[in-house]
Amino acid sequence: MISIENISKWYSDFRVLTDCTTSVKKGEVVVVCGPSGSGKSTLIKCVNGLEPVQEGRITVDGDEVTAKHANLTALRSRIGMVFQHFELYPHMSVLENLCLAQEKVLGRSRSEAVARAEKLLARVGMADHVKKYPSQLSGGQQQRIAIARSLAMDPIAMLFDEPTSALDPEMIKEVLDVMVELAQEGMTMMVVTHEMGFARKVADRVIFMDEGAIIEDRPTTEFFDNPVSERAKDFLSKILNH
Amino acid sequence: MEYNWNWSILFEEQYLNWLISGFGWTVSVALSAWCIAIVIGALVGVGKTVPNKVIRGICATYVEIFRNVPLLVQMFIWYFAVPEMLPDDWGRWMKRDMPNPEFVTAVVALGLYTASRIAEQVRAGIETVPPGLTAAATAHGLSVGQTYRYVLLPISFRMIVPPLTSEFLTVFKNSSLALTIGLLELTAQSQQIAEYTFQGFEAFTAATVIYVCIALVATVLMQLLEKYTRIPGYVGKEG
Ligand SMILES: Nc1ncnc2c1ncn2[C@@H]1O[C@H](COP(=O)(O)OP(=O)(O)OP(=O)(O)O)[C@@H](O)[C@H]1O
Ligand SMILES: [Mg+2]
Repeated sequence: MISIENISKWYSDFRVLTDCTTSVKKGEVVVVCGPSGSGKSTLIKCVNGLEPVQEGRITVDGDEVTAKHANLTALRSRIGMVFQHFELYPHMSVLENLCLAQEKVLGRSRSEAVARAEKLLARVGMADHVKKYPSQLSGGQQQRIAIARSLAMDPIAMLFDEPTSALDPEMIKEVLDVMVELAQEGMTMMVVTHEMGFARKVADRVIFMDEGAIIEDRPTTEFFDNPVSERAKDFLSKILNH
Repeated sequence: MEYNWNWSILFEEQYLNWLISGFGWTVSVALSAWCIAIVIGALVGVGKTVPNKVIRGICATYVEIFRNVPLLVQMFIWYFAVPEMLPDDWGRWMKRDMPNPEFVTAVVALGLYTASRIAEQVRAGIETVPPGLTAAATAHGLSVGQTYRYVLLPISFRMIVPPLTSEFLTVFKNSSLALTIGLLELTAQSQQIAEYTFQGFEAFTAATVIYVCIALVATVLMQLLEKYTRIPGYVGKEG
């Protein structure tokens, strides 16, 4: 589904990604972790072409993201993305947040879009809040809406960039629950997170990054039970004793 | 010095008509210029934020030129210099055949000048929108144009209603400069009444009162607009 081949990326002279190679199969859930500044966000932003890469090749469902004349808007509309700070459109009601891209990008009719939106809001437990504005909702509620907004596009894969790290502890669970359910339904997911409980529960593989490189890329239990690299051991001991 | 107060001249038919006609020109110049300024200001302001360097450069140059040359000088340039610089036919047309040349020139000069100021507000407004929102819109497949249309502009326009109010008031005040190229707007008409009647205080008091009324109406309108478009609970970029 997602294939990342030998990508490298620089911000002017600064090398953010070094020769990263990995892939995510259909229905697979891959968790990306690593210390701050290791390039996790950058890596997943490259997958939907939000950030260009200077070397290497990325394909999603057979379409090359890194191609010179790739039709990025069409490609992106098929990949959901959820951000750390939710990024809901503040001037639109919850319902409009879910309808905008459905109507403007997918060309759905108003009634189709509304129907799809209402179904997904019910699914993330937000059906009673369609008319509210984002700033009138808690962080956990906003993030669930952001997930619903991405799902409304009927994506073939979902990217998550630290979806719970801006949330108060008591709201983390409600968001993780939605994500677990999604994973169990077979959604293809690439998730940057430090929620190791989530990783153990639903991830098929864990990718550990440091200084822009993929250090480990292994099945979940193997990664947790005997990490090979010192850096991953170090990272795990810090994060698990936290 | 003995001054003979005579407020009643303001209500003599001839002078009252002058005031009304002056008021009409002032409002026409200001509103027409405002329309030009909003459209061009929005385009240039957006242009200053787009990824394309050439467009950004052109828009930045526009703002620097029109914002920094005094408005009075710009009026004179449009009225006296531009017809000479154009090809003969066009110049002759501007001087001889263009309807209402003072009015048109004043609207163009004031509109383009105000546009440069609005462009700066628009740019600043767009820059207050958190970059993550643009990323989200892009990630959902919206094109650059759609991102501006549905996300960046609606948010930034709401943020800049207060500074726009002050620009809106300024455009009425600045319209008085049109008298220098011979447009008989409110200030010019009051001056004329003063010359005919020697009742300068009354004439200029009338003009002042009318300007203040215009300002009050404009402020109320903009406040309604602000109230109507406010985003519930939203205060812009955090930190
Ligand atoms: N726009 C940018 N310009 C220059 N450098 C950048 C830019 N964005 C990120 N970087 C740098 O690239 C490196 C990787 O950033 P990235 O955001 O991918 O890290 P991360 O692993 O997601 O970290 P975090 O856990 O803090 O989110 C960091 O050193 C960061 O400072
Ligand atoms: Mg990050």
